[in-house]
Amino acid sequence: MSAGLCLHHADMTRRKHNKPSDTEPLVALHGVSLSKGGRAVLDQVSLSVPPRRIITVVGPNGAGKTTLLRVLLGLEAPDSGTVRRQPGLNVGYMPQRLPLNQLFPVTVRRFMNLQGRPGRTAVVDALELTGVGHLQQRPLAGLSGGELQRVLLARAIVQKPDLLVLDEPVQGVDFMGEAALYRLIHSLKESLDCSVLMVSHDLHVVMAATDQVICLNHHVCCEGTPETVESHPDFVQIFGPRDAETLGVYHHQHSHHHDLSEQGGPAARD
Amino acid sequence: MTELWLLPLLAGCGLMLLAAPLGSLLVWQRMAFFGDALAHASLLGVGIGLLFFWSPLAGAMLGTVLFAVLLWRAEQVRSLAGDTWLGVLSHGSMALGLLLVYGYAPPGVNLSALLIGDVLGVTLADLWALAVVLVVGLGWLFWRWRDLMLSVLSPELAQAEGVRLSMLRAQFMVLLALVVALAIQWIGVLLISSLLLIPAAAARAWSREPEHMVAGAVLIGMLAVVLGISASWQWDWPTGPAIVVVALGLFCLLWGAARLLPRLAP
Repeated sequence: MSAGLCLHHADMTRRKHNKPSDTEPLVALHGVSLSKGGRAVLDQVSLSVPPRRIITVVGPNGAGKTTLLRVLLGLEAPDSGTVRRQPGLNVGYMPQRLPLNQLFPVTVRRFMNLQGRPGRTAVVDALELTGVGHLQQRPLAGLSGGELQRVLLARAIVQKPDLLVLDEPVQGVDFMGEAALYRLIHSLKESLDCSVLMVSHDLHVVMAATDQVICLNHHVCCEGTPETVESHPDFVQIFGPRDAETLGVYHHQHSHHHDLSEQGGPAARD
Repeated sequence: MTELWLLPLLAGCGLMLLAAPLGSLLVWQRMAFFGDALAHASLLGVGIGLLFFWSPLAGAMLGTVLFAVLLWRAEQVRSLAGDTWLGVLSHGSMALGLLLVYGYAPPGVNLSALLIGDVLGVTLADLWALAVVLVVGLGWLFWRWRDLMLSVLSPELAQAEGVRLSMLRAQFMVLLALVVALAIQWIGVLLISSLLLIPAAAARAWSREPEHMVAGAVLIGMLAVVLGISASWQWDWPTGPAIVVVALGLFCLLWGAARLLPRLAP
């Protein structure tokens, strides 16, 4: 996996013809609230995604993280508040679970070509990069959940999005190792020149590989760099002092390679 | 004699060029009865056309398109499911259409010709109308094909990537309504749906990619048209049912072969 993790393709850094503005936020939410079944899932949430940033939303299960992404993507309408997306924004989305129409005959390779016109080598490279190069000729309907997630990530790569939205990326792609996956995401941000918005209830490695952390529990508890967030009293209160103490901050380094075996240590899962 | 069969043959093959992709989209989206509903509603259009002394074709086109738009709006009312709306509106408008045709049809208009079609009744004017719809329809399909594929595979993914699903569906329904209205005169209200569904469903047995299925459905549909019309000429069968029976035969053949030769089937 190690060699494949760095992207060398010149075409991946090519600027898109309708690249959104460099200073405006790609997406901005202001005072968004949404209730489901009488329960407030999102309460006055404001959030803005600037260009070329990695933002991670952390929070306990049921904190409204997935709903926040869905509102941001326009899949659900908020009860109140505003959602502003830059016009012409090209979004790559990798949901946690994607119900696919099983009646629709399509192979992995054709699926990769459904949006835009990526070249054949770009498609093969992206599939190799996420570890599913051998699945090209397979029907999409026959893939497992993890395989599908890796195909979706590969598809997001060839689409060269302005914003990559990943819902719990580690869950399906776990074979890769968390550190390897986050290194891949980090290198994608550089090579695709895009922003990444991730959701996770894993605190361990995510925190370190991101520019900004937003701690969500229906409302935004605290936000900032990983270092400021992990010492914030609200964060300690939600995840407990022990978990907060064991958070190893992982710094991105190109000079050496982390192996799966180095991944030991207590992972802070709920 | 040749000229007599040439127009119906051209009309049939032209219709299949649109019926195959639209039928495939219906099959993928579990909308098998949608074509039927539009056909039923087209009868109301024919009735209204007769009432105002328009041509039945103009009435049918107007009626089905209006019905498609009405259905599209109704689908957004969530307290009744889409198939319930379909049943209520399609059978209701068929009954109304039957009353109108019964009451206002001039002596020349034959109700059974509307129900099972009159392949030989195709005129040059019908063919021109078909040509216009063919150009517009195929152009739209080429233009929106990738968005259509994505929205069929996963509406959620399509929406996240900026496809406006509601508009896409409205355009699809209007195009389907136009094709159904053009086809009633040719194959009749009762059999239109089979023209959309059977070739597409037959091609599904041997398809790995969406485009293979559409191309297969075009070939199967055209073969059914040619063989059906030939059989009808040879043995004096009613043409509409002959075409559908040939299509059914091809369906059984292709699915049977796929079951018997699972190694070759995708």
